[in-house]
Amino acid sequence: MTTILNVEQIETYIGQYHILQGVSFEVPKGEVTVLLGRNGAGKTTTLRSIMGLNPPSKGKIVFQNKEIQGMPTYKIAGLGIGYVPEDQGIFGELTVEENIRVAMKDNSDATMERITKVLELFPDLKKFWKKEGGHLSGGQKQMLSIARAYINENDLLLIDEPSKGLAPIVVERVMESLQDLKKSTTIVLVEQNFHMASSIGDRFYIIDDGKTVYSGEMHELNENQDLKKKYLGIA
Amino acid sequence: MELVINLIINGLATGMLIFLLAAGLTLIFGLMSVLNFSHGGFFAWGAYMGIWLFTTTGNYLLAILGAMAVGLLLGAFTERVIIKPVYGNHIRQILITLGLMLVLQEMLKVVWGPNQLPARAPEFLSGSWVIGDIVIIKYRAFIILVGFLVFFLVHFMLKKTKIGLVVRAGVMNKEMVQALGININRVFMFVFMLGSAMAALSGVLLAPYSGVIYAEMGLEFAILAFIVVVIGGMGSFPGSLFAAILVGLSGAFMTYYVPDLSLAVNMLLMVIVLSIRPEGLFKVKG
Ligand SMILES: Nc1ncnc2c1ncn2[C@@H]1O[C@H](COP(=O)(O)OP(=O)(O)O)[C@@H](O)[C@H]1O
Ligand SMILES: [Mg+2]
Repeated sequence: MTTILNVEQIETYIGQYHILQGVSFEVPKGEVTVLLGRNGAGKTTTLRSIMGLNPPSKGKIVFQNKEIQGMPTYKIAGLGIGYVPEDQGIFGELTVEENIRVAMKDNSDATMERITKVLELFPDLKKFWKKEGGHLSGGQKQMLSIARAYINENDLLLIDEPSKGLAPIVVERVMESLQDLKKSTTIVLVEQNFHMASSIGDRFYIIDDGKTVYSGEMHELNENQDLKKKYLGIA
Repeated sequence: MELVINLIINGLATGMLIFLLAAGLTLIFGLMSVLNFSHGGFFAWGAYMGIWLFTTTGNYLLAILGAMAVGLLLGAFTERVIIKPVYGNHIRQILITLGLMLVLQEMLKVVWGPNQLPARAPEFLSGSWVIGDIVIIKYRAFIILVGFLVFFLVHFMLKKTKIGLVVRAGVMNKEMVQALGININRVFMFVFMLGSAMAALSGVLLAPYSGVIYAEMGLEFAILAFIVVVIGGMGSFPGSLFAAILVGLSGAFMTYYVPDLSLAVNMLLMVIVLSIRPEGLFKVKG
């Protein structure tokens, strides 16, 4: 089993606040690694640190045998990491098509094929191809954001709480699509929706107060009520 | 009737000049959150370089291209050397770009002397057309034409090209553009150069319209452009055209009908717009 991403003891400040105080985890190629933890634990900051949006001041981030901490965001993305931020990061005044075009690195056949594939996965996007991103529903925005990260041949996707704010039925749709993406891509998934996390995830890490405090295989967590109660506030 | 038409033409011509200046400011602010107070300096340099080229060579096209080239160069230099170290720090940006503005202004005096210089329109744009009772001054019509032309060219670029798309996306969400693998620094420089070239074009176009050029012209016009940026909505390119025409027209009419109020009218417009729509007329949605 190859490790595609290795986060080693990163520490990150936002302004004067010491937000991450030692986050470490490994992402095996081809799997879905879930980051869990209560609100404000530092999950989003962890993904932003990987992307170089909040660069860590200590620790190492190794992506495909290359240290990426301190690199500018666009270079990190260029190495093959796609990012689906918590707020989806849709360009509100650009149409669905334009949102996709901004993301396209080239016009190669491979890229076109991926676009075709992602539109099959999300028929809504095809339907609203000329609609402004800002006018999409929450679920459609989420799909567009995922699609945008997918159309370039990325080796890793970082997806931040895709179920947030969505109706249960829409969550199901997003879940199905992630199941599908999982077949071809490695994913780091931040997710509070335990149902989603446990049905997609292979292994998990719990982040609490800016530190990784626990990890294991997803099924272990399903069985461990104490752990769920202690760190996730669910029984 | 011909009075009204004349006022409209004057207002449109002034509006277009302000638009050319404001368009760069609004894009630069929208994309980089930089308040560029040296923008008026590019405008004045465009005017001086253009008029100098025109008086020495007699070639008007060369004068316009030369002015824009100066704008491009000054823009590239300013973005790379002056602004880059102070991205994210508004106070420093204001101080350093104001400083640059003054340096640019003083350098004009060093190169071309402290006195104002005359500027004429080329032969083929001098004089006027008479249609019935209406007299249309050719040079004003020319400014309006160029203004619209530039608007449509840049509008097309923003709407249809990849770089334009990236610029608009960057105005809405800079982080996301970078997270999609795009080097936003290159986009910054592109927009800065484009905006500065438009400012220089505005300067060289204004020169024969006002008849004289002087080193302080940049600051005077830049204030109007700032007002237009605020009214139009920071970061909105169409907003800058709309607001510039509004300011141009209201200026022309007020100067004629209520001259006492003509200076205050722009401030008044800004206050009215801001109290109804604090984000300006054309808000850019994130
Ligand atoms: N821009 C910021 N300024 C100050 N504190 C922040 C900022 N962003 C996040 N934080 C703080 O960092 C902590 C972790 O936030 P975050 O990574 O968003 O948590 P999570 O995604 O796990 O809910 C929180 O306490 C939050 O208040
Ligand atoms: Mg979060």
